[in-house]
Amino acid sequence: MERSFFARNPSALIFILLLAAFTLGVTLLSEGFGMDVVSTSMVKTLGKTLCLCLVAVAMDLVWGYCGILSLGHFAFFGLGGYMIGMWLMYERTKAIVISATAGGPLPATPEEIREGIGVQIFGVVGGSEIPPIWYFADSLTIQLALVVLVPGLLALIFGWLAFRSRVAGVYLSILTQAMTLALSLYLFQNDSGLRGNNGLSGLQNLPGAENVPQTLISIYFLWASALALGLGYLLAAWVAGGKFGSVIRGIRDDEARVRFLGYHVEGYKLFVFTLTAVIAAIAGALYYPQAGIINPAEIAPIASIYLAVWVAIGGRGRLYGAVIGAALVSLVSTWFTGGQAPDIPLGFYTVQWVDWWLILLGLSFVLVTLFAPKGIGGLFDLIAGRGSPERHGADLGPDPGALREKEAEE
Amino acid sequence: MTRIFLIGLRAALFWFLAAFAVQAQSPIQDLLQENRAAVEKASRKTIDDVIGALLASGLPETREVLARWREKELWQRDEDGLFFFAEAVDGNTYRLIDIATGEAVGEYDKKLVSQLKPNSGVRSVIATALVRFQLTDPDPAKRAEGLTAIERGPEASHLEALRASIEGENDSGLLARKQRLERLLTIAYDDDSALRVAAIESFSTDLGVDARAALNPLLATTRKAAPALPEGVNIANVLKPGSSALPRSEAYALLVAADLAPPLVTAAQKKEALIANIADGTVAGMPIHTLGTAEARARAYAALADQGLAPPDVTEDGIDAALGAHVFFDQYNEPDAAITAAAEEALSSVSTRVGVNQALDLALDGLSLASIYFLAAIGLAITFGVMGVINMAHGEFIMMGAYTGYVVQQFVPNYTASIIVALPLAFAVTFAAGVAMERLVIRWLYNRPLETLLATFGISIALQQLAKNIFGTQARPLTSPGWLDGALVLNDVVSISYIRIAIFVLGIIFLFLLLFVLNKTRLGLEMRAVTQNPRMAASMGINPDRVNMLTFGLGSGIAGIAGVAIGLYAKVTSELGSDYIVQSFMTVVVGGVGNIWGTLLGAALIGFLQKGIEWMNPSNTLAAQTYMIIFIIIFIQFRPKGIIALKGRAAGD
Repeated sequence: MERSFFARNPSALIFILLLAAFTLGVTLLSEGFGMDVVSTSMVKTLGKTLCLCLVAVAMDLVWGYCGILSLGHFAFFGLGGYMIGMWLMYERTKAIVISATAGGPLPATPEEIREGIGVQIFGVVGGSEIPPIWYFADSLTIQLALVVLVPGLLALIFGWLAFRSRVAGVYLSILTQAMTLALSLYLFQNDSGLRGNNGLSGLQNLPGAENVPQTLISIYFLWASALALGLGYLLAAWVAGGKFGSVIRGIRDDEARVRFLGYHVEGYKLFVFTLTAVIAAIAGALYYPQAGIINPAEIAPIASIYLAVWVAIGGRGRLYGAVIGAALVSLVSTWFTGGQAPDIPLGFYTVQWVDWWLILLGLSFVLVTLFAPKGIGGLFDLIAGRGSPERHGADLGPDPGALREKEAEE
Repeated sequence: MTRIFLIGLRAALFWFLAAFAVQAQSPIQDLLQENRAAVEKASRKTIDDVIGALLASGLPETREVLARWREKELWQRDEDGLFFFAEAVDGNTYRLIDIATGEAVGEYDKKLVSQLKPNSGVRSVIATALVRFQLTDPDPAKRAEGLTAIERGPEASHLEALRASIEGENDSGLLARKQRLERLLTIAYDDDSALRVAAIESFSTDLGVDARAALNPLLATTRKAAPALPEGVNIANVLKPGSSALPRSEAYALLVAADLAPPLVTAAQKKEALIANIADGTVAGMPIHTLGTAEARARAYAALADQGLAPPDVTEDGIDAALGAHVFFDQYNEPDAAITAAAEEALSSVSTRVGVNQALDLALDGLSLASIYFLAAIGLAITFGVMGVINMAHGEFIMMGAYTGYVVQQFVPNYTASIIVALPLAFAVTFAAGVAMERLVIRWLYNRPLETLLATFGISIALQQLAKNIFGTQARPLTSPGWLDGALVLNDVVSISYIRIAIFVLGIIFLFLLLFVLNKTRLGLEMRAVTQNPRMAASMGINPDRVNMLTFGLGSGIAGIAGVAIGLYAKVTSELGSDYIVQSFMTVVVGGVGNIWGTLLGAALIGFLQKGIEWMNPSNTLAAQTYMIIFIIIFIQFRPKGIIALKGRAAGD
């Protein structure tokens, strides 16, 4: 008889329990539920961090398991944010316009309301017409569908083009980076229809929930983010486990050999690439209402590289590693760049962490890559007493670069 | 009798003294006094003689007198009628200055002196005289100055002065300028149609911006509507309403503007009328709350119009009828058809030539952009192309080179010398940085290219932040030597700045230098051997560690030199390198990995492509980059290995 899912993935069960405990703890300590130990802005930061953990899980699935170092997953994250942001901004502006015209002697016509919305939203980029891509912006259902469809379709087309022409390894990384750059440059234009470098703002105000205080909304978003992360984690664990998972790890270690075994490598890669893009987009759609603002700078290639950094520091090839990396690095980064870290006076020079944090991050990243390829997640192996086999200098795996050796047990 | 005699004697004495006083003045004052009446009460009719006399005298002060006179700065002393320049001491006193000597004569009360106030007609005659004066000045520099002044602000009055000055011009360069300017002014201001046509035709092969600026206004048109085509006007073309050149709404607006049709009632006006007619919560019998749609409002307004409470709206049929009853046409502002025809022909001939030259200019732009990309990418062509190492910190090496140049300029003030010092120094600095990075990081990761990418990215963000900490976030200048300023101007359309030529030349030098190193030297041979098969190379007695180190150092060093070159025309910031990194990788990938010629072709493709797209949509360089990247993604579909793909064993798979 086959063992149950959690029996095969004990880490998933532990993770879900920890996540539930964390969410419950934050909820009880939050401002909205009386205790007021954790401030609303802190709840938002934690909720955002959960979203970042979710996109890191997606990144781990596509990179750590399938070996595709995508430098474009933050673009999908941002696109998801844009899609939900369009609805949030449109509906909120509509409410404002309707209340502004309500006092007039004649009831406003739909055309007048639409024009008012256009002026409100696109006045900053010198326009008043609502671009065609906002056609569905008044429908939450369709925009929610677009959160999945637009990044999914982009990933599908891009992946199909890239994988069918056998672009792999670092070439694929550069190509995905170019795609991200192209997308962010496009969004930076004023006539892209998404307000250029102003981006979309005021996303923290939920239309129809004007009377609910932010203290509660932040908690609801924390729940939603935690739920999404839990489900995303289980999905990723389910995909990475089992036969499918074995195939994609095989692709990671030696693509040609898997192809010779008769597997349709491109199909597997395309599926993983698109699936993770959709997960990233959902994470983005939950992240940006908590952040309140999205602009093209969020999509710049550097963001996607940071995503890879989180996963690498946390430890790729294990899902909880990605979560640990994303949570730790993004929270520590907030702490350092927010000016909360104490300066270090050296007598002749004072180290201010706002200036030196990136240097510390960059160097620690180099050190992790060189000396701890398993990342922070590798610590769990030490605790569990799982060591790598002593190979006496010989390669384990099809070639010296293969990652199989990292998963091998003594 | 005696009294009469005495009075006569006194008068004679006075006149004698006065005459003596006059005699004692400078020649210019004498001349002005001779024409005193005409100067005091100058009018267009009488002024010509005065100016003629002044010009004929050839006195050196003439020009200044005319200029001051025109500026209303010539004053007259009431007691003896002499003319002076004057400046205000305070509100009521003026200091008079002798015209000839420029010395102050004394301070006078405002009531004792009077200002000469020539009217505008006189002033323009004086101005023309001044121009002529300047155009015939013995000093060629002054003449050139005068011509430049006319070129900046031509006036009808200049034409005659210019024509008069052509005769007797002995400087051939100035003569050519004068003749050209005379033709330009003829086009604009002459009354003789034949002369103007001849002048227009003479410009049909001219690329000058000024020639096009003179021709274009001749073809300016005004769009008009009329019940029938008017006779005797110079019509450019007749338009059909509803066509793309003249949409219906525009055509109707023309009719309204010409009072040939009643104006349309706008939505805002309708709304106002509706609001104005609200009575007991209804408008024209319709309750207000039903007026929330455009159709309901239109019905209510129609009802209002029927009751005579608002002007009736124009129906679609009404618009059609009005449009059908009128003709629409573009009318030339220039009434003479012969002139517009000649101008049309000359301009079309010019525009063909301009098009050819613009293409040439675009090609030069593309070439210079390509050489910048090539220079930025050529270091990568070695580290990434030949060695297969992804170095995300390559852009930061470019930045280090640029900052090296900046630091050198702080110590070596001479720009030429500083660049000569900076180039090898930048190479040395980045070579050392490259070697250090290879020894410390990259050599442990040769088998794991993706991790090389990440580790070098870590170095990249650290270096970038370090540069920010040291040099600050603001841009630092890297000034090019004086002889690189300016541009090589072929004509008004085609020009290229010297600095871009220098970058192009630098790119070419590096191309051949690298080809030489890779193909003709021992190091190049070892490099190729080690990259193809390190174990076999090691068996042949090559030390792969050393060769890898040197190769990586070479690639990094070239990035440093590229940094100096790029820093010369762009501002040096800590983000300088990251602006180029994606394009550089694209260049190498598109060109084909492992081949310097491929990198050259890749840079050329990307450079020309980007300029081409920018040309199609000049307002938007962001869009150009977007489309270029999309093109590259598609290009890789068809040639995944780049333009020049390695074949056989060298390809490595």
